[in-house]
Amino acid sequence: MTDLTALTIAEARDQLKAKAISATELTGAYIQAIENANEALNAYIVTTPEKALEMAKASDARLAAGNAGPLEGIPLGIKDLFGTEGVHTQAASHILDGFKPHYESTVTANLWADGAVMLGKLNMDEFAMGSSNESSYYGPVKNPWRAKGSNVDLVPGGSSGGSAAAVAARLCAGATATDTGGSIRQPAAFTGTVGIKPTYGRCSRWGVVAFASSLDQAGPIARDVRDAAIMLKSMASVDAKDTTSVDIAVPDYEAVIGKPLAGIKIGIPKEYRVDGMPEEIEKLWQQGISWLKDAGATIVDISLPHTKYALPAYYIVAPAEASSNLARYDGVRYGLRVPGRDIVDMYENTRAKGFGEEVKRRIMIGTYVLSAGYYDAYYLQAQKVRTLIKKDFEDVFHAGIDAILTPATPSAAFGIADQEMNSDPVKMYLNDIFTVTVNMAGLPGIAVPAGLDSRGLPLGLQLIGRPFDEETLFQTAYVIEQAAGKFNAPKWW
Amino acid sequence: MSVDTATVKRVANLARIAVTEDDVSRMTGQLNTILGFVEQLNEVNVEGVEPMTSVTPMAMKKRQDVVNDGDKVADIVANAPTSEENFFVVPKVVE
Repeated sequence: MTDLTALTIAEARDQLKAKAISATELTGAYIQAIENANEALNAYIVTTPEKALEMAKASDARLAAGNAGPLEGIPLGIKDLFGTEGVHTQAASHILDGFKPHYESTVTANLWADGAVMLGKLNMDEFAMGSSNESSYYGPVKNPWRAKGSNVDLVPGGSSGGSAAAVAARLCAGATATDTGGSIRQPAAFTGTVGIKPTYGRCSRWGVVAFASSLDQAGPIARDVRDAAIMLKSMASVDAKDTTSVDIAVPDYEAVIGKPLAGIKIGIPKEYRVDGMPEEIEKLWQQGISWLKDAGATIVDISLPHTKYALPAYYIVAPAEASSNLARYDGVRYGLRVPGRDIVDMYENTRAKGFGEEVKRRIMIGTYVLSAGYYDAYYLQAQKVRTLIKKDFEDVFHAGIDAILTPATPSAAFGIADQEMNSDPVKMYLNDIFTVTVNMAGLPGIAVPAGLDSRGLPLGLQLIGRPFDEETLFQTAYVIEQAAGKFNAPKWW
Repeated sequence: MSVDTATVKRVANLARIAVTEDDVSRMTGQLNTILGFVEQLNEVNVEGVEPMTSVTPMAMKKRQDVVNDGDKVADIVANAPTSEENFFVVPKVVE
């Protein structure tokens, strides 16, 4: 029998419907795969095999009764940021020790309602703050990809590093992820997987641990474009519990896959050609342009003049919102408590022990830029720049551009405990230089694998779309995927 | 703008994070690196530009002012490090 974990979501769905396989068999295959691999990769923080088998059994019953949901019997991994009832939900932080919510996030509830099966909770950067998955309290995740002939461990990217690694290593059929500055797209690019950050307001944030509320958005990481479309359809909804959830019906994203690109205008922004960008990334970008041109798209050179200010503005806005959101972790209502002389001492000790270095750094920056006398100079200035960044995009869309093609990251995956990245926080932040603009403007963005570098590591391209036009992104990304092919990590773990 | 160690201590106190002298000297350097990086925002001409308040142009949704949830005290205190009879327990506060 073929390895069931090799099936995409679409393939598994068809075989389940045809009764060629059962949800219990499929889930069993993933449980076994996780057992064999997780010690090496550290992608899962917690596995829930009993719950998974129970859910699979229920799926088999619904499949037999002929009332299967769109994701019936599909085993998924869930990023630790999503509240899952009765199951470990700690945002990979020490400060949420022992936290098991008595509620379910809207996104995961949508997935279970559509028949999906939960395999466990996936590792991530603490509170989704990081680009390498090294800030997790549970230790770094290893990228299933290694350079040719090398046994050096690489990062899977972050913050959704566990999600990307688990999908790439076939430890789940697909995974949930979140993206505040690039946390879906950068790890997808580093692992040869597809990740989409939908438009702000498309997926409900209810029940998802908050990092920077005006930027956070959930989305899937999957093995191919079709699977990402299938997952997003189930994850997205209109939710009264999130006031920023937008009242627009969720389209059938899968329906656009395979539609020709004739008439589509793709913008190529000159500002994404940054200093020191490797030759290989430039080549990949040019390759992507010619693929889309060959498929009938019109290529237009465009300018997004405020691009270079997106990352500095992000490092004011995101920490400011984080410092406010993370004020709730005080050792009183949930999680870790470290005793002190009095209540303030208890707060300070709890937060000193419970938060990791990167999280503390961002809380400190956020507290500083919001403090009296600095608010106008930093926060207000950043929010004005954000308006200009968004206007750049509005102008090109107004001029008739349907989607924008850029590289997804400025490099391929780097090593775990990379000296340069770890000695200078700004070097690490630069990983998100191509992705962060999208969050600042609330737009949808998809990362799709487009090739391998000379060392055999995956590289991705990014497509940025109009608000709530994820369909054009799936349609266009599929063309890139068809041209580039799919990339699988050779198994070493 | 850059921060000195006294400012870092003041910010740590505002953020309610206990810091050692070592933490303060390390954080001062790192925060200054980040503040140096964001400095470039001052180059941008923002005259007449409104600060962004909502990334999607929408009126804030308001729910009906009715009770639609409740009766879950046990759920609320279930994750507390210390609780007693439906209360969160904290060290004694005397002002």
